[in-house]
Amino acid sequence: MAIFLDRNSAVVVQGMTGSEGRRHTQRMLDAGTRIVGGVNPAKAGQSVDFTGESVPVFGSVADAMAATGADVTVVFVPPKAAKPAVIEAIDAGIGLAVVITEGIPVHDTAAFWAHAVATGTARNPAGTRIVGPNCPGVISPGQSNAGITPADITGPGRIGLVSKSGTLTYQMMHELRDLGFSTCVGIGGDPIVGTTHVDALAAFEADPDTAAIVMIGEIGGDAEERAADYITAHITKPVVGYVAGFTAPEGKTMGHAGAIISGSAGTAAAKKSALEAAGVQVGKTPSETAELMRKIVTSLD
Amino acid sequence: MDLFEYQAKDLFGAHGVPVLPGRVATTAAEAEAAATELDGTVVVKAQVKTGGRGKAGGVKLAATPAAAAEKAGAILGMDIKGHTVHRVLVTPASEIAEEYYFSFLLDRTNRTFLAMASVEGGMDIEEVAATKPEALARVPIDPLDGVDAAKAREIVTAARFPAEVTDAATDAVVALWDAFVGEDATLVEVNPLVRDGAGAIVALDGKMTLDANAAFRHPGHAELADVQAQDPLEVRAAERDLNYVKLDGQVGIIGNGAGLVMSTLDVVAYAGQRHGGVTPANFLDIGGGANAQVMADGLDIILGDPDVRSVFVNVFGGITACDQVATGIVQALEILGDAASKPLVVRLDGNNVAEGRAILAQAAHPLVTMADTMDGGADTAAELAAQGV
Repeated sequence: MAIFLDRNSAVVVQGMTGSEGRRHTQRMLDAGTRIVGGVNPAKAGQSVDFTGESVPVFGSVADAMAATGADVTVVFVPPKAAKPAVIEAIDAGIGLAVVITEGIPVHDTAAFWAHAVATGTARNPAGTRIVGPNCPGVISPGQSNAGITPADITGPGRIGLVSKSGTLTYQMMHELRDLGFSTCVGIGGDPIVGTTHVDALAAFEADPDTAAIVMIGEIGGDAEERAADYITAHITKPVVGYVAGFTAPEGKTMGHAGAIISGSAGTAAAKKSALEAAGVQVGKTPSETAELMRKIVTSLD
Repeated sequence: MDLFEYQAKDLFGAHGVPVLPGRVATTAAEAEAAATELDGTVVVKAQVKTGGRGKAGGVKLAATPAAAAEKAGAILGMDIKGHTVHRVLVTPASEIAEEYYFSFLLDRTNRTFLAMASVEGGMDIEEVAATKPEALARVPIDPLDGVDAAKAREIVTAARFPAEVTDAATDAVVALWDAFVGEDATLVEVNPLVRDGAGAIVALDGKMTLDANAAFRHPGHAELADVQAQDPLEVRAAERDLNYVKLDGQVGIIGNGAGLVMSTLDVVAYAGQRHGGVTPANFLDIGGGANAQVMADGLDIILGDPDVRSVFVNVFGGITACDQVATGIVQALEILGDAASKPLVVRLDGNNVAEGRAILAQAAHPLVTMADTMDGGADTAAELAAQGV
């Protein structure tokens, strides 16, 4: 098993016919992902040839779902097209929308998030889970990859990973490549994201194939503090943490739109102490964090 | 992007929020002319992107144009919490009957927007929140519904604004929401929002933060950037679409991905504790497509920082292939020629790492040292920076 995504997931790609979408669809196919269609109203009825197979293009997410049984969409459309694309996916009742797009205005994200919360259709009473935006996506190594995470870093294992940062996810997967991962969720670095650390922690706690969890945070907001509270109350599996941005100055956006310390709020030090107060071991560097996790996983055997 | 008061109030005015006329002055003579034009007693207000101007002596009344010139002369050039005053706003003095507080902001925690309002205006709102939380109304705003007259009235009522200003305050709140949405702001704040002697509601101050991600639908926002106050290296980097933040250390940093670069800064700072206390000189994220030109641009910016004594390039090749990054480094050093004079420590991992390391080994550039790990590379870069003192 895994969380959010497994070998049975049927994935459509919104923006598959664009250059980024095409390139990453090929990579997802190479990773074994069941890509069942692309969505582009202007190219409905056509198909796109990839190495190994040809993928049909549908006019809407709803059409793609009806024809293929798709339950996951990966969104690669440009920032200005993202809001209608995600709302379309929500309205179609898809279970999971992974929004890779970087640079979406936060008013647009707030709107599609509110729409997702408000929408519980008969077919999709739970609503649509949104991962991202501005994220590398979700990978369950050896099963499926919905997004841009390199699939060849590591294989399946018992560690679950949730992170705001793409490259730190890759770094951590690389450090622990001999142990492997159940699922790695890149939740994204924007001020508003659909799936939070808490959501992923809850799913990992419930996943029998996940034995321990790595949680990577960074400056800005209070998601890590909330995760710490959640861990205290609900998580029984061992959690190891890492927080980036101890040297970040106040008031400067550090690459990610959400990575900003406002006044005294959102500092790495505050996040680290909140996690430690929840009994989470927090590594000083990614390597040290990986070593903490290695000790835990090794001791489980 | 945070705006100056005068910029925020210009945008407020454009969206129908009641504001007073004002003139921006950069010299005492301009302030005098502005006061003459406005006629009557004026307020001369320092334009700085920080709070506490009044306490610092950055806001003064002036009864005559000559007095306005004198006050402006004293305020211009002042340092307020590390911000130098380059401009003042000259605006008519108003008779203040009551002061309120109002803001719309992005509520990250609840993933929505929030209105905050209080009749305890004119003072630090964080202090009000801490000492008299019942005096600060917090009303969540559904982004899909927005703020119409009924919602605005609900907010104003929740904050217990006096009955006689309810209608005018409601109109102002609807207009502020229009500014918040229409300009893609993540914050609009008015402190104080006042009832003047005539009973009218006026936004006497204004704060606004704009979402850089929405720049594509606001071509006019680019002109609001305060290039004068920005670090010259940050301006140059922005012109080349590089994600760069100047810091005050000695180890130049280049990496890919915001999280990895932030982490690299931290790891270098830890290493610096062992090597003369050196710290990172900058944040620079070259993103996913690190070709030779991007690498050359990045190195050029970093080597243009006179404080830099060594450079740490830390790349985890995810989408980016390490051989392309290595080629980029080699070509960048060729492009820069003699301008590249500081030692470079390069750590590559991930996609095509063997090919990447082979390219650097073959080039054998005298300035380049290869590192096997991030922690090791940070240590070497810090050591080299400490030696370069």
